[in-house]
Amino acid sequence: MLVYLKIYRYNPEAGRNVPSFDTYNIEAEPTDRVLDLLEHVKGNVDGTISFRRSCAHGVCGSDAMRINGRNMLACKALVKDVGTEITVEPILGLPVLKDMIVDMEPFFNSYKSLMPFLINEDVPADGKERRQTPEQLERFEDTTKCILCAACTTSCPVFWSDEQYVGPATIVNAHRFIFDSRDQAANTRLEILADHGGAFRCRTAFNCTEACPREIHVTQAIAEVKNAITSGGVEH
Amino acid sequence: MTQTHQHEVIIVGAGGAGLMAALYASRGADTAVLSKLYPTRSHTGAAQGGIGAALGNLEPDKVEWHSFDTVKGSDYLGDQDAIDYMCAQAPEVVYELEHMGLPFSRNADGTIAQRRFGGHTNNDTKQPVLRSCYAADRTGHMILQTLYQNCIKNKVHFYDEFHVLDLLMNDGVANGVVAVELATGELHVFHAKSVVFATGGHGRIWELTSNAYAYTGDGVAITLRRGLPAQDLEFFQFHPTGILKLGILITEGVRGEGGVLINGKGERFMERYAPTVKDLASRDVVSRSIYLEIRDGNGIKGDRYVHLDMRPEVVNHYAELDGRKMPDGTPYRVTGEQLLSKVPDIVDFCRTYLGIDPIKEPMPIQPTAHYAMGGIPTNMHGQALSDAKGTIVPGLFAAGEVACVSVHGANRLGTNSLLDLVVFGKEAGKMAAEYAKGADYKPLENNPTDFTRQQLDRILGKSGGEKIVTLGEEMKTKMMDDVGVFRTAEGMTSAIEKMRELRERYKNISVDDHGKRFNTDLLNAWELGCLLDVALATAVSAEARPESRGAHAREDFPKRNDTEWLKHTLAWMDGNQVRLEYKPVTITKYEPKERVY
Ligand SMILES: Cc1cc2nc3c(=O)[nH]c(=O)nc-3n(C[C@H](O)[C@H](O)[C@H](O)COP(=O)(O)OP(=O)(O)OC[C@H]3O[C@@H](n4cnc5c(N)ncnc54)[C@H](O)[C@@H]3O)c2cc1C
Ligand code: SF4
Ligand code: FES
Repeated sequence: MLVYLKIYRYNPEAGRNVPSFDTYNIEAEPTDRVLDLLEHVKGNVDGTISFRRSCAHGVCGSDAMRINGRNMLACKALVKDVGTEITVEPILGLPVLKDMIVDMEPFFNSYKSLMPFLINEDVPADGKERRQTPEQLERFEDTTKCILCAACTTSCPVFWSDEQYVGPATIVNAHRFIFDSRDQAANTRLEILADHGGAFRCRTAFNCTEACPREIHVTQAIAEVKNAITSGGVEH
Repeated sequence: MTQTHQHEVIIVGAGGAGLMAALYASRGADTAVLSKLYPTRSHTGAAQGGIGAALGNLEPDKVEWHSFDTVKGSDYLGDQDAIDYMCAQAPEVVYELEHMGLPFSRNADGTIAQRRFGGHTNNDTKQPVLRSCYAADRTGHMILQTLYQNCIKNKVHFYDEFHVLDLLMNDGVANGVVAVELATGELHVFHAKSVVFATGGHGRIWELTSNAYAYTGDGVAITLRRGLPAQDLEFFQFHPTGILKLGILITEGVRGEGGVLINGKGERFMERYAPTVKDLASRDVVSRSIYLEIRDGNGIKGDRYVHLDMRPEVVNHYAELDGRKMPDGTPYRVTGEQLLSKVPDIVDFCRTYLGIDPIKEPMPIQPTAHYAMGGIPTNMHGQALSDAKGTIVPGLFAAGEVACVSVHGANRLGTNSLLDLVVFGKEAGKMAAEYAKGADYKPLENNPTDFTRQQLDRILGKSGGEKIVTLGEEMKTKMMDDVGVFRTAEGMTSAIEKMRELRERYKNISVDDHGKRFNTDLLNAWELGCLLDVALATAVSAEARPESRGAHAREDFPKRNDTEWLKHTLAWMDGNQVRLEYKPVTITKYEPKERVY
């Protein structure tokens, strides 16, 4: 089938300092990924088009983009699902550096600000695993799936307008530790998230949940964090 | 302007091996990690099924069985001292990962859950054993995340999106690397006492692959260009179950949970090829069986694929025929819901890319290029070696898929790569720091970026030349056809000729992008150069080995030949010429035997 592909272009270095679109008509299969189309154009028509990618099957988080206005991974968006008129743009709210490549530093800095690591220096005397029941794991398992693609954060209207807000991905990753029965710093994390840039900035727009390619219940995770703050902690 | 940085230890690569090395090196020395991808984008994150360790959480298991299975899986080409070390370390490193926070799936008693995997057995009963420690079907993702989290905790220094293009050496001693910073296009020199390569594999040489775009063999190519050898490149694993036409991996864990391979006649054909462990034979065995079925016209509808079936009724049917039991002795039975919770990502991949629900329909699969057993030769301590005598390259270390210790020999067992990353990443990190403490910075050459600039300028200096995609596609098709699952002298000879031709044409490659900022066009071209180098060295190493062993299966030499070929290959590259030497395999307890599953 013929696909009409519109690609966002921005590269001040090459004189393209006003964002604009390049358009292509290309032959595609319904099962082609949008990433395949981008690779095709880059390889055969214009090598200057720039975007990040690696795994090509939705597990590395490199290629979150706006596809027909919605945040998706280009490698998980199939032609049959997005239609034959496809517009590809960079995610919103992070500075665009070149075409679909945005500056990820603010995103990762926010992620790092919430101590995204298990805090617990006690290990069992026999040196073996700490015990955790399947039910205890289930409490936070959903948020362990995050691949830090930024699709959620950059779909959030609060994040676009409010520089202070840590954004959904950071809260998802805090959730992953707050509700882990092995972690000993839930209260510290909750205190940080109770603060002005934290969980209560969320206005439950649900964009994040819709954007998440890992189908993480992002809004629910944020709600659980808010509840834990309000109720003064977490019971394991 | 070239900037110069100095760190005692430079680690190239931020996957499982690189991050584990970083955690340990940074305890003893000033350490920095360079990675062409953001660390969490590394291919370790794609690993699904699990990490092997004889914890024996639900049924008896022993480190010795793990060792023997690995030796047998390697078709006796693995070095037994290193294998023993890795398997003995396995329980400890798995517990260490748990202590770092890894959210393993759990048994009802709270211990780490384990599943069956190909080639892992109870050596007494010969039956598959629960050895693969898993976090659903995202074990690699959880390892990568956990290690990265711990690097943040320990304030490890990262240079993200720095693409390393050269290794610097002074008088045979490694003393740094040259990298391009993607955001600016500037070259940076990193002056170091120890350099650790942890750059992953090179599966992008083949047409159908489970490997990421980033799997372009940079580490092996860079060291080959610096006159160092690559070991056992002819042994490249084809995983039996890649999604039809896409190559995306379906973990062996699906068969561990009871899934079976079915041909066009509706037969569970692995019964014929591996009567004891059937669908859980080693990967080389299963991939060849699939090819043979297809060749005999037994593909689905006579086509070039077979089915992997994990519908609960099918799983239960064959579990009953096999007499499979739960650890508590009751018959093994599963529901769709249980399967979904064990392999959720597989279900998601099938829904997304195939439009099918694997709980209700079988999955169309074909073997896919997957894992490099070969790579930079190292000893058990991650120290790189420069010759067949085992001479150490001072200051240079390698770990993970880029390295060849060799613990995987001619065929890797599933779950043993993640184990290899953690065990030898740790070892390489410790050794690199230790070495750095006792060494001085070896002075840099006058113009350390010359060789790199020469390579880039050659690409940038042309226009209207050969295209990356054209050369890349010709390479992939040829390697798939002639240096794939089955090989012949004729096919490999023509592949060697073809790779030489492509390398000649590569001299005339050109790109569209001549800018500095995120010039992915230029780097794709440079990566293709790496792939072509490794492809040529692979084809030459393969053609020279007239026997069948593990993943190297020759139609013209169908038998293993221990009298003459129980040895490792070392390949050096000089222009279009590849020179080969051989070195003995370390054999301790396990004398080579015929391999039956
Ligand atoms: C789909 C899939 C499933 C798998 N499942 C399993 C499993 O269940 N169990 C198992 O044991 N094994 C599994 N494997 C194999 C295993 O995951 C890999 O072998 C392993 O993760 C490789 O890890 P690594 O640390 O060596 O490399 P990677 O994780 O790939 O890391 C390589 C790093 O090097 C960097 N790099 C590369 N080149 C350069 C350069 N030139 N300059 C700077 N940086 C560079 C990259 O950015 C990256 O950070 C699987 C593999 C695949 C593809
Ligand atoms: S929560 Fe989902 S959308 Fe957000 S960063 Fe993680 S994987 Fe991406
Ligand atoms: S390329 Fe890895 S998520 Fe799309």
